Amino acid sequence: MSVARFWRKQVQRYNLVGTHCKSCDEYFYPPRNMCPTCRRNGKIESYKFNGDGEVISFTVIRTAAVGFEHQTPYILAIVQLKEGPKLTTQISCGIDEIYLGMKVKPVFRKLGDGGEKGMIYYGTKFIAAE
Amino acid sequence: MKTGIVSYGAYIPKYRIKVEEIARVWGDDAESLSKGLKVDEKSVPDIDEDAATIAVESARSAIARCNIDPTRIGAVYTGSESHPYAVKPTSTIVAEAIGATPQLTAADFEFACKAGTAAVQACMGLAASKQIDLGLAIGSDVSQGAPGDALEYTAAAGGVSMLIGTNPDEIIANIEDTYSFTTDTPDFWRREGMPYPEHGGRFTGEPGYFKHVTGAAEGLMSKLNTTPKDYDYAVFHQPNGKFPSRVAKMLGFTTEQILPGLVVPKLGNTYSGSCLMGIAATLDQAKPGDCIFATAFGSGAGADAFSFEVTENIEKSRNKVATIEEMLQNPTYIDYSIYAKHKDKLRRA
Ligand SMILES: [Zn+2]
Repeated sequence: MSVARFWRKQVQRYNLVGTHCKSCDEYFYPPRNMCPTCRRNGKIESYKFNGDGEVISFTVIRTAAVGFEHQTPYILAIVQLKEGPKLTTQISCGIDEIYLGMKVKPVFRKLGDGGEKGMIYYGTKFIAAE
Repeated sequence: MKTGIVSYGAYIPKYRIKVEEIARVWGDDAESLSKGLKVDEKSVPDIDEDAATIAVESARSAIARCNIDPTRIGAVYTGSESHPYAVKPTSTIVAEAIGATPQLTAADFEFACKAGTAAVQACMGLAASKQIDLGLAIGSDVSQGAPGDALEYTAAAGGVSMLIGTNPDEIIANIEDTYSFTTDTPDFWRREGMPYPEHGGRFTGEPGYFKHVTGAAEGLMSKLNTTPKDYDYAVFHQPNGKFPSRVAKMLGFTTEQILPGLVVPKLGNTYSGSCLMGIAATLDQAKPGDCIFATAFGSGAGADAFSFEVTENIEKSRNKVATIEEMLQNPTYIDYSIYAKHKDKLRRA
């Protein structure tokens, strides 16, 4: 990932900032500037999710992409936020601790880096909410 | 103008390694080490945690505790000896991740284990002179001890954030005064590009820790015309359990005064977070009217002493976020090999 590409989406990654359509009350993450339901009649506002959600699907990654080898095995999951949007994220917990329906909350973690000389990418992962 | 702590927050990673497990690898005598250091185990960061992520988590906790609007923060200063970048501030990452940007000043501080309290003093100055509304001072570290070195038994991970302000309706602990004692003493250092610090060895306790901590502590009490009896609690920098206990005795403080803030036996030395962690643990149980004495120490060397008086606002800040005691409960223990991987001492070829 390029430095510029990451940086443009940094705020939404750091703070789970998405959008909300006031016309139909739908929430979007990542943020959308146009409501697909209301189209031109949509009233889009910025919305910060507090990140409470639930695991609705997950997989254990044992053969990782370049740069993630030292993290295996790790869990990649689809989390549904309580407002509705679904996002793909890493869950920081043991591979024997995860289950469908697990309540999660966001944490600030290193997502990766561009090698020893490259920039460090930070953002949101999820952990069990207890 | 009086300044004080408006809120505080801490973060401790969930992993721990026991002193006995490290001793097993290096063939040291675990029992005599634990007894000598008065440390049983230390915290270890997760593989994706560093001083910046820990700083962010502690800052978010401080904001959540007292429901602070982050845009009020006019300065973010992060003290650490393990900033993730050699060049590029940790504090901008924190400021962005708590939603305090862009109208603020930010910089990183370094002064071994007392960079966090130096940041508190800088925020006090800016807040007192009305340059800023609130200042965020952080001490956060993922400290490294070289494999097999004495420091490896205690070098831990954790961070504490303090929000400093002047509004009496918000302040949970008044900072009555601060006093520092600083000299050029080469007791501990790390050169650019080197992964592990070097230290002057056993002899450095006297000219380093003890001289500076007593210098700052006595200086502050003489300035305020107080004695150890005027304080309900005391906190001293905790590189191990032995040093703070000994310096407390030297100064005339009792074991009862330091015990609530003595977190090092189950946590290890969180460096820039160490003294602030002790203050946070003490605030977790202090009552309105209680007086807290604290002295941080940083090798190199210097000490910052503080005198706090807890206000009735502290009651409003309770039970909003986890206490230090709660964060120390139910850790996940790991062995030396997993620890080595977490600390990047062991890498896949
Ligand atoms: Zn809509």
